Amino acid sequence: MSTQAIAIDDPKTGEVTEAVYEHPLIVRLCHWINAIALFVMVGSGLQIFRAFPSFGAKIPQKDLIHWPKAFALGGWLGGALQWHLTFMWIYMASGLVYVGYQLFSGNYKQVLFVPRDIPGMWPMVRHYFFFGPKPPEKEAYNPLQKQAYTSAIGLGVLSVLTGIAIWKPVQFSWLAWMMGGFHIARLLHFLVMWAILAFVFGHLVMVILHGWNNFFSMLTGWKKNPEYLTK
Amino acid sequence: MNRIDSRKFKSMNRRELFKLVPVVALGAFAIPKFQKPLLKTGLGFSDWASAKVFRKGHLAPTFSDSELTPFDRFPLNTYDVDDPGVDFDKWTLTVAGEVRKPGDYTLAQIQALPKISQNARHVCVEGWDVIGRYGGVRLSDFLNKIGADTTARFVTVECADDYYESLDMATALHPQTLLCYEMYDRPLTREHGAPLRLNIPTKIGYKQAKYLTDLKVTRVLDRVGYWEDQGYSEFYGL
Repeated sequence: MSTQAIAIDDPKTGEVTEAVYEHPLIVRLCHWINAIALFVMVGSGLQIFRAFPSFGAKIPQKDLIHWPKAFALGGWLGGALQWHLTFMWIYMASGLVYVGYQLFSGNYKQVLFVPRDIPGMWPMVRHYFFFGPKPPEKEAYNPLQKQAYTSAIGLGVLSVLTGIAIWKPVQFSWLAWMMGGFHIARLLHFLVMWAILAFVFGHLVMVILHGWNNFFSMLTGWKKNPEYLTK
Repeated sequence: MNRIDSRKFKSMNRRELFKLVPVVALGAFAIPKFQKPLLKTGLGFSDWASAKVFRKGHLAPTFSDSELTPFDRFPLNTYDVDDPGVDFDKWTLTVAGEVRKPGDYTLAQIQALPKISQNARHVCVEGWDVIGRYGGVRLSDFLNKIGADTTARFVTVECADDYYESLDMATALHPQTLLCYEMYDRPLTREHGAPLRLNIPTKIGYKQAKYLTDLKVTRVLDRVGYWEDQGYSEFYGL
């Protein structure tokens, strides 16, 4: 493990607990800034979508869904674009700093999904969804977590690339072409949002299931008695 | 393994938590007083970046005739149903500002310049797009004809329906930016902005004003555009 572990003495009870510094400050900052930026991007994005809730022709227009205004941000198209075109920089910056730091520090090794994680995926799926036995935890992230967090980064990159393709289809015409053209890129941008939301949903469920100790580690960096250390 | 006291561990955690204070700065966006100026700054930054990535010589994709959206499926804004009441016999384009030859220009004078036809994508800020066929003259040719000072920063237009717009000079001089008098090889219909409109394949739809009556070359803007002044992006290059 690259992370540093310490032992904590409780002078009153004499108990000794161990703790690991799992999340460096830059990771925690990027996590929370990105979480807020993502919230704004989704809210304003849905308000932008309300202006033309379709992926076909304008005439005749077939609306896909009437997204309720209560679950959108910005009030109107112009307002939503202000939010979207402001927070996209914060969204991208926090993502870039995160990825850059992970690569530079070597911290990525604990979370990046690599081929040798593949065999460990099925036991985790069996445990999570089919009441299978809990596989022993040897690292900070299990194979399924690595897969989820690594995919989330991929989705983040795709959200930016499809976004640039529909925002700048002329200056970045090659990118719009790579993303399947203006129409497909707009559809992909929308679908990637739902994929990210699915990740966030799963992420939040797991955070709730794992309790405060795990949650606080994303605030302070320190996790008490991580399983991979005590067993 | 380092050993520390549990109280020390608690204070260390508090310190680490305190280091997240920069995140709270984003809360400024939730304060009504700061929200508007912050979003204006953010949009301004996006416009600045948009102007930076704009390339003078880079052409917007053009399309074959078979890819054209049929003319009867070319969308119109609901307010274009209202007749702006242009008197075609008396119509002229009034030119003013930083030009050597200001005055009134007839459609025939404009049409005497080399004609350009292009099949280009029209992207609406709402998210839909169509491929249209446009015919007209290069705005750059017209600016040359009127002796415009192209070191001035903007070209502004006013319209018969009280719409108004402004263009950065780089876009005004772009070879695909047209003073457009034809669509689908026929004179502009009233709904599409007869007798003269802008066609700018490198810009979003709301920049491509219809029913032009006035054109001005200027160094300063006292207003930007009909939608921009309500909060839309000022540059919105594609």
